[in-house]
Amino acid sequence: MDAATRPTDDRGRAVPGDSPAVVCEGAVVRYGSTVAVDGLSFTAERGELVALLGPNGAGKTSTVEALEGFRSPESGTLRVLGLDPRHDRAALVRRTGVMLQQGGVYPTLGPGQVLHLFARYYDHPEDPEDLLDLVGLTRVRRTPWRRLSGGEQQRLSLALALVGRPEVLFLDEPTAGVDPEGRLAVRALVAAQRDRGRCVLLTTHELTEAERLADRVLIIDRGRLVAEGTPAELTRRVADGAVRFTTDPGIDSAALAGELGAGTSVVEDAPGSYRLIPPEGAAVPDAVAALTGWLAARGHALGDLRTGRTLEEAYLALTGDRDAVGSGTATGTTGTPVGRRARRTRGRR
Amino acid sequence: MRPLAAQLRVELTLVLTNGETLLLTLGIPVVFLVFFSTVHVLPTGTPHPVDFLVPGVLALAVMSTAMTALAIGTGFERGYGVLKRLGATPLGRPRLLAAKIAAVLGVELLQAAVLAGAGLALGWHPGGPGGTGALAGEALAAVVLGTVAFGGIGLVLAGTLQPLVNLAVANALFVLLLLLGGMLVPLDKLPAGLADLARLLPAAALADALHGTLGHGAPVAVRDWVVLAVWAVAAPVAAGLTFRWE
Repeated sequence: MDAATRPTDDRGRAVPGDSPAVVCEGAVVRYGSTVAVDGLSFTAERGELVALLGPNGAGKTSTVEALEGFRSPESGTLRVLGLDPRHDRAALVRRTGVMLQQGGVYPTLGPGQVLHLFARYYDHPEDPEDLLDLVGLTRVRRTPWRRLSGGEQQRLSLALALVGRPEVLFLDEPTAGVDPEGRLAVRALVAAQRDRGRCVLLTTHELTEAERLADRVLIIDRGRLVAEGTPAELTRRVADGAVRFTTDPGIDSAALAGELGAGTSVVEDAPGSYRLIPPEGAAVPDAVAALTGWLAARGHALGDLRTGRTLEEAYLALTGDRDAVGSGTATGTTGTPVGRRARRTRGRR
Repeated sequence: MRPLAAQLRVELTLVLTNGETLLLTLGIPVVFLVFFSTVHVLPTGTPHPVDFLVPGVLALAVMSTAMTALAIGTGFERGYGVLKRLGATPLGRPRLLAAKIAAVLGVELLQAAVLAGAGLALGWHPGGPGGTGALAGEALAAVVLGTVAFGGIGLVLAGTLQPLVNLAVANALFVLLLLLGGMLVPLDKLPAGLADLARLLPAAALADALHGTLGHGAPVAVRDWVVLAVWAVAAPVAAGLTFRWE
């Protein structure tokens, strides 16, 4: 693209145009014989927060690192702000912010020193002192990086990604190893970047994170896009109209189903955990009212009561079938189906 | 210049606040110089061991900074992902490398000042008894070539080995070249075959060049220039070809 004719703002940066901030088209990233990213396509806009969600080894990091210019895709087209991540890297590093999955900071230097150093790399950086304050590291500004808590290290990484006033932010597992309180702080900071009109692309294997933060979720498995949509769209896609509830184990399911009318079925999925499927076209509120009335009349307790599906259920439904189909034909860095399942379970919280 | 100056400041801070590095670059050379100048146990072949030891220890100091300390520091930065992270900033590799070279030269200046001061206090005669130190220019050129050669070797280690393996190899190489470099023990005290091999190494070439120019007022031998120049070209080229940033 010709820099002279491109519309720019007073800092010489391209003004938001029509093209998406991030374009990934048919990207294939391979390590030796292992296919990490297998023909992945998506876009992300300015002012949009997109989450790449998937189990460990799904190809999330490889995708982001290709967009950051760290790896060459074997095939496919990558564009960030209309530029090629590798060929135009010198221009892009001034306009993008990067948070690596781990490390990346001098272990013996404190947050203040590192942030001031990084600020010097850019022509128009944020004020490092303001940033230290924003991410809550003023108190530990002189503490060597290696003695910071996991949450403090991640917040410093985030501050380093922000110091150059990036137009696009790549955040690889930004809340990994962060305690619950720290997670809320990091998520608020990340959401604020999107609200400032920046494009944020983050990877996570945490469903809650994707659900709470993202405008759009891309579910990735074995380097391929499995599903894409807003968290609400994804959960609607697997909605089955069932009412899930917990109460005493061994209740008279048949009697309950009969009480709710013909076509209703009640299944005890696990001891004390039930799924009530109302007949086609039945109003769910009526079913819930009848259910709670029936339980109350018999003196049963009521634990959980849920009518929709969570993103977690959507995620498992959307990636789970592939496991059955793909059994024994695992490609990529994902290992055996059994190993994948175990990892996925760990990733859920 | 802002990014380069800021990076240089941090590189110097990292070197000068790291205990192990200071021990390697200042502690060991100063202790060797003072101890062996006072306790005459080395076969230096001169009535004034300090005249042999100051140039030898200066060569040792150059090697400790340009090769060992650079290798260890850069290796850990690579292991911690610092080099990778810097690759995503506008600093750029040329400026990072320039800052590292400038930091090495800065530390060498400090070492030279400390060792020359200690040497003079111990009765060192620059350029040998009655000498004037007129060959300082040649000595300086040899130090620059040696720095480039050792720096290249250090970066070959840092850019290819795991950080802890790199740490061990860089230290082992330091001790080996110290013994085979003619820095404390003259090469002609080594078995003949070993001495011939040692003469092809940059450590011995630099030590010989400094012994001549700063010890007994002799210009640098052509063979030393050739050995230093070959290493000063080959080692950085090898580093450039093999260095892995992640």
